[in-house]
Amino acid sequence: MKIQSARDLESARREGLIKIQPGRPRIGVGTSSCGIAVGGMALYERMKKIIQDEYPDISLVKTGCIGFCKEEPIVSVSIPGKSLVLLHKVQPDDAERIISLAMEGRVPQELALCKIQDWDHITGSLVHGGGFDGIKDYDEIPFFANQKKIILRNCGLINPEDIMEYIGTGGYFPAFKAITSMEPEAVIEEVKRSGLRGRGGAGFPAGIKWEITKKASGEEKYIVCNADEGDPGAYMNRNEMESDPHMLLEGMLIGAYAMGVHEGLIYIRAEYPLAIERLMVALDQARSLGLLGKNILNSGFDFDIQIATGAGAFVCGESTALAASIEGKTGRPRIRPPRLTEKGVFGRPTDLNNVETWCNVPVIIAKGASWFSSVGAKGNTGTKVFSLVGKVDNVGMVEVPLGTSLNTIIFDIGNGGAQGRRVKAVQTGGPSGGCIPVRLFDTPVDYESLNKVGTMMGSGGLVVMDEDTNMADIARYFISFASGESCGKCVPCREGLKHMLLILNRLIAGKGTVKDLNLLKELSETVQKTSLCGLGQTAPNPVLTTMQYFKEEYDELLEA
Amino acid sequence: MDERTLDEIIGRYPYPSGRTLGILREVQIKEKHIPMDTLKLVSEKLDTPLSDLFSLVTFYSFFSLKPVGEHLITVCMGTPCHVKGAEKILQSIQEHLGLSGDSSDGKYLETTPDNKFTVEIARCFGACSMAPVLHVDGDLYGYVTPEKIPEILTRYGWKR
Repeated sequence: MKIQSARDLESARREGLIKIQPGRPRIGVGTSSCGIAVGGMALYERMKKIIQDEYPDISLVKTGCIGFCKEEPIVSVSIPGKSLVLLHKVQPDDAERIISLAMEGRVPQELALCKIQDWDHITGSLVHGGGFDGIKDYDEIPFFANQKKIILRNCGLINPEDIMEYIGTGGYFPAFKAITSMEPEAVIEEVKRSGLRGRGGAGFPAGIKWEITKKASGEEKYIVCNADEGDPGAYMNRNEMESDPHMLLEGMLIGAYAMGVHEGLIYIRAEYPLAIERLMVALDQARSLGLLGKNILNSGFDFDIQIATGAGAFVCGESTALAASIEGKTGRPRIRPPRLTEKGVFGRPTDLNNVETWCNVPVIIAKGASWFSSVGAKGNTGTKVFSLVGKVDNVGMVEVPLGTSLNTIIFDIGNGGAQGRRVKAVQTGGPSGGCIPVRLFDTPVDYESLNKVGTMMGSGGLVVMDEDTNMADIARYFISFASGESCGKCVPCREGLKHMLLILNRLIAGKGTVKDLNLLKELSETVQKTSLCGLGQTAPNPVLTTMQYFKEEYDELLEA
Repeated sequence: MDERTLDEIIGRYPYPSGRTLGILREVQIKEKHIPMDTLKLVSEKLDTPLSDLFSLVTFYSFFSLKPVGEHLITVCMGTPCHVKGAEKILQSIQEHLGLSGDSSDGKYLETTPDNKFTVEIARCFGACSMAPVLHVDGDLYGYVTPEKIPEILTRYGWKR
C-alpha cells in the first residue's frame, strides 16, 4: 500500500495506534545496543517463548531506549485503560511473572520504576490511563522530571522496526503537511524562524544552510546526515537512530523537499551495526509506503536515501573530510572555501546536517517555529540531547532545553557523583572541548556560554569526573587521541600534537619543569591558531582548560 | 574470500557514494581482517589502483590487514571507559593471555601464540553508559572489572 492522500495517512495512523494500544496487554522490551548488552535481548527471547506457548493474547514488541541507562534493562507494560508502567533492572527470570501478572492487569510492584498516565509525542499525544497508586509518577523521578523530551519523544515507547507505530504517534504527518500544503521556500522560512542551530557542535543556523544549498548553482545536489558520531563519550545519535529511525528519515525528507534535492545520504559509523540495521529496515518500510522513492505522497516529488558507512576516523566529522570519505577516499580535510554547500560530495552542492538537527525538523513543521523557539533560550532555541556519562550516579541520555545549567544536568538529573564521590569537573565537546570545574557549574549550556569558559557544545557528550580523576592524565588522554586521529596533512596538528604528548608524558612521569609547562601552553596556542581544520584547531582545548582551571594539579607534577 | 562472495558484496553497492568503504567494511566483518588477495581482487573489480585501496585500509582504523585469532576481543578506550579504568581492563586481559604489547600510541593489536585470541583497542563504541566496556566477537560486555576478566575469557575457551 502506498500512502497517497490524507485519508491513507489517517488510516495508517489508526493502524499504528492499534499496535501501540492494542486493547490487550502490551509489553515492550528496551533493546537498543546497551539494553541488549545488559540482557534485553535474552529477556525478549524468553518472553517471546512464554507468550507463544501460553499467553497468545499478549502483544510483545522490541522498543528503543528511554535513556535511563543505569536502570536497564527497562520493560514497559501497558494494560488497557491503565497507566503505562516502566519496570527496571528486569532479569530473564522475571519474564514469567511479568507476563502472568499483565494478564491479570497487574505489574510486579517491586520492579516498577514509574508510571506514565499520558504522553506528549509532540506530533500527537496518547492517554494511557490511571491506576497503580503505589507506583511513582514519571514526573516524580528526578532523572525524568528535569528533562524535556522533544527529540526523544518516541524513544523507548514505540517499536523502531515498525513504521506504523511511528505514524501512529503522528509521524510523517509533518512531511505530508510540508509536501502537500507548503511551498519549499515556506518550509525553509519556518526552519529559519525556529532558530534551529546545527547540533553537530558548531551551531550554524540550519535554515540558512538550507537556503544557501537551495540557491547554489547546479541541478544535482545532495543532502547528507552526519551520523559518524566519533566523539568518545557521546552516543546520543546511536540511540536516536536505534530507537526512532523514522524521525531522522522524515527530517531529511522535509529538508530534501525544501531544498529541492533528490538524493540523500546517511554517513554512519561502521561501529554502529544495530543502528545501520534499523535504518535499513526503516528505509525499506518508508519506500514500501511511498514515503521515499518516486512520486512521494503522489506529489511528483522524488527523493531517496542511501547509507554510506564510515570506517573509524574521527577527522571525518570535518565536513570536507566527510565528503571525501563518502567518495571512497581517505578523509583528509581541504581548505575552505569552497564550502560543501558550494562544492561537496562528488563536487555537487551538499547540505550536511547532524542526526539531531534533522530529527528536530518534523516537530518544527508540526508545531511551528514560534512553538519551537519558545523552548530553550534566546539565540539557543530548542532542546539538546546529552550523554551523561563517566563518574556520575545516573548515567543516561538526557534531553534538556538549551540554556539549562550544568548544575541541573549533573546534580538534579544526574544525582551527582557515582558512589557518593565528589564531582570535580565535567568534560564537554569530546576531544575538541574542555574541562569545566564544578565551581562554574552555574554556566548555562548553550553554544556561546560554553565557548566563553573555553570549551564547546560539541555533539553532546558530558563526561563527569570526580576527585579520583587526574586532570593532567585527562589532558594527555585527549592529546593522545587527537594525535592518533590527526590525518597528517598539516604540520601544526601532525607534529604539534605529537610534541604536546611528549611534554605531557614527561610531566606525568615527574620529569617536567616549569619550562615544559610554558612550552606546552605556547605550543597549544600555536596548534590552535595554525592548524588547517577543526581537529587541530580545537585539540589543545583539553590542555588549555585543565591548565587554566586545575593549575595546581600540573604544579604538583613538576620536578622538585 | 572467494570471488563469488565478493561479487555478492559488490552487487549490494550500485551507487558510487559510500561504495568503496562499504565493500571494504563487509570484507572486514566477514573475514575479521582484509586479506591482501581480496584487496587485489577488489582493486581489479572496482578498477581502482591497489595503492589507493591500501591507503584506505591503513588510514581507517576499522580495517586491519593483519589476520586475527579465533576470538577477537576489543577493549574500548573512549573517555568514559578511560576515566573508569579501561587501562586496567586491558592490562588484566594481557596478563591472563600472556601478551605484553604497548598500546600507549593509541594503536594495538596482538594475537596469542596459539592463535586463539586477538586483543585490540577501539576509540569508542558508544556504549558509554556501561563503561568500561569490551566486545568479544561482537558480544558487548559492560561494567567490566579486572576481576571479571577470567570469567569472560573462560566463556570463549580460555583455560587458566
